[in-house]
Amino acid sequence: MDKLIEYLQFPFVRYALIVGVLIALCSSLLGVTLVLKRFSFIGDGLSHVAFGAIAIAGILRVESSMVVVLPVTVISAILLLRQGQNAKIKGDAAIAMISVGALAVGYLLMNIFSTSSNLTGDVCSTLFGSFSILTLSKTEVVLCIVLSVLVLAIFMFFYNKIFAVTFDEAFSRSAGVDAGAYNLLIAVIIAVIIVLAMNLVGSLLISALVIFPALSAMRLFKSFKSVTVCSGVLASLCAFLGMVISILAGTPVGSTIVGVQILVFFVCMLLGRT
Amino acid sequence: MSLLKAEGLSLGYDSQAIIEDLSFTVNAGDYLCVVGENGSGKTTLIKTLLRLTKPLAGSISYGDGLLANEIGYLPQQTVVQRDFPASVKEIVYSGLQGRCGLRPRYTREEKELARENMERMGVTDFADKCYRELSGGQQQRVLLARALCAAEKILLLDEPVSGLDPVVTADMYSLIEKLNREGITIIMVSHDVIAAVRYASHILYIGNTVFFGTKEEFRKSDQGRRFLLLEEQMHG
Repeated sequence: MDKLIEYLQFPFVRYALIVGVLIALCSSLLGVTLVLKRFSFIGDGLSHVAFGAIAIAGILRVESSMVVVLPVTVISAILLLRQGQNAKIKGDAAIAMISVGALAVGYLLMNIFSTSSNLTGDVCSTLFGSFSILTLSKTEVVLCIVLSVLVLAIFMFFYNKIFAVTFDEAFSRSAGVDAGAYNLLIAVIIAVIIVLAMNLVGSLLISALVIFPALSAMRLFKSFKSVTVCSGVLASLCAFLGMVISILAGTPVGSTIVGVQILVFFVCMLLGRT
Repeated sequence: MSLLKAEGLSLGYDSQAIIEDLSFTVNAGDYLCVVGENGSGKTTLIKTLLRLTKPLAGSISYGDGLLANEIGYLPQQTVVQRDFPASVKEIVYSGLQGRCGLRPRYTREEKELARENMERMGVTDFADKCYRELSGGQQQRVLLARALCAAEKILLLDEPVSGLDPVVTADMYSLIEKLNREGITIIMVSHDVIAAVRYASHILYIGNTVFFGTKEEFRKSDQGRRFLLLEEQMHG
């Protein structure tokens, strides 16, 4: 406990905790929609695209990789969600294809054009998250907070519409709701979240942030609102606990958070049975 | 003036027509049943009526101040809905969506309307229950209440009794009949011709040939006689 308080004296630890909890919260909110729309893997696919984009940004020696990564991921998200039913290659296959493709090309490019002496280390931290969340600059912290608040605000503003479109797209369309536009909105938000969350847990583990809180909450609650709220609360708690544990025990941040989420999921599953 | 008038419609995908030169009218208070075999284009017709797809040729005009998004639609259930965590109230409220525009919250009047429609469909008792825990018949009632929130004049029902047992099916039909008597125009898509002839006022048959007329005319038509004979043989 003393150790924790000692660590909390450092501003970068406090920043990391705030940013981590916010990112986890944002990811979990849309998680409910993605899980219910059978798009659980979209987070995974997009994060691999982001990985490929980071590799390209590295080669181009772009100052801030965000400039490349964010637009590439957003465009991929739009393409994936847009195609939907009338695509020649169906949803899951398209995601799998883009996901492994981007991963392979990204790693290949990194290998061919690498200037770093520690390539394996670089790749590993991009995939599984690094302690870079602890070394965020003030601008990055501000950017993360602004984007997270923006995502939260948009989600709350469009909450009823997101529910309607998730539950029954055909009906929503018939009632004159522009379901396509909301799907697009969901795609863009999820892409933003993924780029944000890459700092926290790395690209291989992002799906966990998106789906675990939603799945845990669905064991316990029965209305969309309570599931969404519960999922947000669980995500924030797990992110906080995971980060504190990882700081104290010196374990990797991303996998510790996911570890806590897995535990919580099993607890929820047991509670949900009774 | 008729609520809905289709003239010379051709429907299909990728400029390949499934149905050609289809014309019919729906007047206020009608109960139109659309029957036909699988693949005859019933679903495409629904989508066209809802203005979700464009007809290859022909036109649909809406009269009596009816707007395309004022058709209350009861779609077939999807796989997603079967384990969807949502309360009955949340689902019925979502029927108000079309009235909201960009406004994020429902007004008190809208909520009142939703409550009335829940009462009307007899689902008020499970307002806070989880949708996936209801029986098939109860779920359909919830979706009907939602459709009523979207529209007061006309309902478009896509196979409303598929997957329901005979008792619940009869219940559902009498509920729809009650709505029709209250002045709501019904368009129902079904492949249950017997029920269609029993409950509907008009029949639209689509298949290799097209028939549109009142049910009495349908009984006397070639298509009608052939179908009813077939059904009678099957049910002894």
